[in-house]
Amino acid sequence: MEIDPFIFRFSIFILSIFIGYYVVWSVTPSLHTPLMSVTNAISSVIIVGAIIAALAGSSEEIFETSNVFGFLAIILAAVNIFGGFLVTQRMLQMYKKKKK
Amino acid sequence: MSANLSASFYLLSGILFILALRGLSSPETSRQGNYFGIAGMIIAIVVTFLSVGNFGMGFVYVLIFLLVGGSIGAVIAFRIPMTAMPELVAGFHSLVGLAAVFVAISAFLKPEAFDLGTVGNIKLASLIEMSLGAAIGAITFSGSIIAFLKLRGIMSGAPITFRGQHLLNLFLGISVIVLIFYLCKFQSNNLFWAIVGISFLAGVLLIIPIGGADMPVVISMLNSYSGWAAAGIGFTLENTALIITGALVGSSGAILSYIMCKGMNRSFFNVILGGWGATDQASSSQTKEQKPVKNGNADDAAFLMKNASSVIIVPGYGMAVAQAQHALREMVDALKKNGVKVSYAIHPVAGRMPGHMNVLLAEANVPYDEVFELEEINNDFANCDVAYIIGANDVTNPVAKSDPQSPIFGMPVLDVEKSKSILFVKRSLSPGYAGIDNDLFYRDNTLMLFADAKKMTEEIVKSL
Repeated sequence: MEIDPFIFRFSIFILSIFIGYYVVWSVTPSLHTPLMSVTNAISSVIIVGAIIAALAGSSEEIFETSNVFGFLAIILAAVNIFGGFLVTQRMLQMYKKKKK
Repeated sequence: MSANLSASFYLLSGILFILALRGLSSPETSRQGNYFGIAGMIIAIVVTFLSVGNFGMGFVYVLIFLLVGGSIGAVIAFRIPMTAMPELVAGFHSLVGLAAVFVAISAFLKPEAFDLGTVGNIKLASLIEMSLGAAIGAITFSGSIIAFLKLRGIMSGAPITFRGQHLLNLFLGISVIVLIFYLCKFQSNNLFWAIVGISFLAGVLLIIPIGGADMPVVISMLNSYSGWAAAGIGFTLENTALIITGALVGSSGAILSYIMCKGMNRSFFNVILGGWGATDQASSSQTKEQKPVKNGNADDAAFLMKNASSVIIVPGYGMAVAQAQHALREMVDALKKNGVKVSYAIHPVAGRMPGHMNVLLAEANVPYDEVFELEEINNDFANCDVAYIIGANDVTNPVAKSDPQSPIFGMPVLDVEKSKSILFVKRSLSPGYAGIDNDLFYRDNTLMLFADAKKMTEEIVKSL
């Protein structure tokens, strides 16, 4: 019997949870705020779905409801991507060691 | 671009995201980690453009929208003050949630674009995945909005509770599941809208009973939700990058919630089902008999610390509110010139989000190797001359170790009472968030400094 592709994706999902578990426990507590802002930024990779939705169909279709929702999602995700990575960068620049 | 090739690139960006989180294990590698994250994002976006392959008018519009959103995000990122970081993160969570809802709506209205079947004939698995993604996304959105309003102070941080609240939440949860079941059967638009609508409501109801100081748990929890929503959409789109990211973010938020709950010695459900405070207010007023406190001024504090050989600083939310971190750094610099050894002690739930105090101290140019976590520094209080508590309260309360009746009993606290003398910067004797009196106020070796945290610290700097 052939294995449903869903099972493969599900395996990736479960293994990624485990990777996340071990990686996040090794994050130093002083960087927990940047951790939140960077996870915020990377979860905006949902923009991939937004782009597909916005570009669906021919050029005349871009004002259809489903495409408009795609465009709106692009704006939201883009705010998050730029905002998330930049604010993380800004925070990380501030973490400095003692000047010896 | 072939489907196999693009799938490989999505895997690559997933790996880059893992490396982005891995980098955060130390401040030195963290900046590099952030670049990995950015690279992963660029790869995912470019590959999506190439695999859609539609470079007509629509592509131009996409770029415009991308730049509009991007500039808004960039402006926010550069202008936001560090003290406002908790509400910023809550706001960003709401955007991820709403984006997930929007993508799910598009996929439901135009399944052909995503290879999910045709309208009214969407594959069963895809329907479940997209409706779960939409429901979790909607809860994330409205819950984060409430968290944002509470953190911003637009809405009172006090828990809002009413009779039958938990029953109502349970009912909403069950009805979403039932509706998803019927959606799979009938595929009607109205059912889909109902799921989204009820989930918005559930998000609001889930967060309003949670009080201000429990916000670290709430923010971490919403962080986790935004991840699960992304993963749900990732399954719908059969996109590896999104599935990996969703799982990473979901487990990251879950771990942070766990750490925050442990920092308060409370179970996750205890936090979710509503805060302390509401019931404890009555008991705190009756225990408030007048006990003598020693009241000091800036000169006393300066004298005490100047002559100490080691000082430990315990910052809390009050420092963030007063924006006292820069004044605090100046004070420490002055002390160091006098040969005093100074370190900082951070309780896991100090502030309104995980790591909140660390970011503020970093902003004030405090080197991170002078800042210690609870377990690292707790034994040092016994050998320390002065503990300078600025804007913290409950996390120092020794009652957590001695009184099993106390609501905070069992919570890990900083052993400040072991230091030779204690300086408590506080505006009044009012109890902290937990609504319980702090025994430290009345000890012989405690000097209360009644003032705004920033003003008092500045005055101490002057008299040093």
